[in-house]
Amino acid sequence: MSRANLALIVLIGLIATLPLFGGAYALRLGTMACMYAIFALSWNVVGGFAGYPSFATAAFFGFGAYASGVLLGAGLPLWLAVIVSGVAALIAAGALGAALLRLRGHYFAIASLSLVEVLRELVNNATDLTGGGMGLNIPLAAGSGIMADALFFFYAMWILMLATALTVMWVAGSKLGFGLACIRQNETAASMVGLNTTLYKSLAFALSACFVASAGGIYAAWVHYIDPSDVFDILYSVKPIVMTLIGGLGSPLGALCGALVYLGLEEVVWRNYIQIHTGVLGLLIVMLLLFLPHGLVSLRLARLFGKAKHV
Amino acid sequence: MSEILRLDRVSRHFSGLQALREVTLAVNKGEVLGLIGPNGAGKTTLVNTVCGVTPASAGTITFAGQDITRIKTYQAARLGLSRTFQIVQPFAEFTALDNVAAAALFSQGHENVKTAREEARAHLSFVGLEAQAAQPAANLTLAMRKRLELAKALAMKPKLLFLDEVNAGLNSAEVERATKLIHELAASGITIVMIEHLMKVVLNVCSRIVVLHNGRLIADGTPREVINNPAVVEAYLGQQYAQRSAAR
Repeated sequence: MSRANLALIVLIGLIATLPLFGGAYALRLGTMACMYAIFALSWNVVGGFAGYPSFATAAFFGFGAYASGVLLGAGLPLWLAVIVSGVAALIAAGALGAALLRLRGHYFAIASLSLVEVLRELVNNATDLTGGGMGLNIPLAAGSGIMADALFFFYAMWILMLATALTVMWVAGSKLGFGLACIRQNETAASMVGLNTTLYKSLAFALSACFVASAGGIYAAWVHYIDPSDVFDILYSVKPIVMTLIGGLGSPLGALCGALVYLGLEEVVWRNYIQIHTGVLGLLIVMLLLFLPHGLVSLRLARLFGKAKHV
Repeated sequence: MSEILRLDRVSRHFSGLQALREVTLAVNKGEVLGLIGPNGAGKTTLVNTVCGVTPASAGTITFAGQDITRIKTYQAARLGLSRTFQIVQPFAEFTALDNVAAAALFSQGHENVKTAREEARAHLSFVGLEAQAAQPAANLTLAMRKRLELAKALAMKPKLLFLDEVNAGLNSAEVERATKLIHELAASGITIVMIEHLMKVVLNVCSRIVVLHNGRLIADGTPREVINNPAVVEAYLGQQYAQRSAAR
């Protein structure tokens, strides 16, 4: 295992000790951190490894939230609903990817963005199933109190983050990851050496969807009420991109660090500059990207280990 | 000699531009076929059409007894059709070794990157790049990148190899080295179709030459026949070249 992967696992292990130090507020932040990390790690597969800037994260998140919400309403246990949502997203994204990923660059970004809007409108109009604009109430999971509930959802999200990180690490070191790196660098040459680019890109898109959809399922059960403008919020598409860029494009460790830093910034700025918090946050992000274009992970590699490595 | 590739009245147009017009051509197993013609004659389009990059608008292409007219690029690569690019196409961030490993990995059905890398090392040393194995492809000189292209093509274990102007932009020492490599490849039994403008190399290496002009095949024969063919002289070689080679 490479040092970066080891650091990633250690960091995830540290996050698991959070309940020892904090109360309900810290647990809420911790749950959000795990969710953001799932977003960033997932986006990194299609955006970082394959080089396709996807804006579809919000679509997968909303899809997972609604799929799980409806399944939970039908009486399924949470773990089953979350797994079913993830698998459904995997298959749907794989199929959609085969069509969408024929587009490149900006065209792909716009097309993936439209996916969010299409799903939002579908959910808005399928009133019988989803409650439309009225939103969807999700039955309470069998929790025994506020702290127990917070603890349960924190660890649910944490386990999903661990699964995401392990999958992403496996992808990075596998034939799939190698192929995605080829596609990012030169897609024409990649197909010329016998790489089925459509298949690989679809797999990347599908992998970037399934954990995000599962996270949507846990989120829905956590907040008990979802509506289209909440879970199909376009910010859910933009944030993972910013996190990954802060952390370092293409690096799973960078994606996780980026998610934590981003959440920290968001929280600190929101608390101190309530009137102008989005403006200040935007400024900070611009500064970070301007002075650290290769992300936090480039600092680490340059200073501590001397030699930069890709993938 | 048995046929390995057959083009039967193959045409390709890009909207109004007719790049290939009813080209009928057979390539025999083990031969080194030179494909020459003026700029814009359709030489690269011919290679692209066979490899599935720009499928034929009409006609059929048969490779080793199999119809490959509508084949996808990656399938062509796995069948043993490999090519080098006129404008080199490396994976720029990868090391030279990983560039070749990628070719071995995806065309040969290796299961992991490690075995592909081992195989890649042999191909790199064949083209004389073992010292540059750990360097990113972006740092190599043009001549080295051309040889890297060749190593990539060889890692695909080609039955038929298209060399698209491997000598363009090289100095004479580099050309000599590349020519020697092509000779070695031909001796190892790989069928080669080479696009080339340097007549010295073409006459030195090829056992047969075909000439394309405005997308049409205008000559097909031994090097001697072709350079004395008036239509070829008119379209490509020029009167001066004809006189010089006649005087020799």
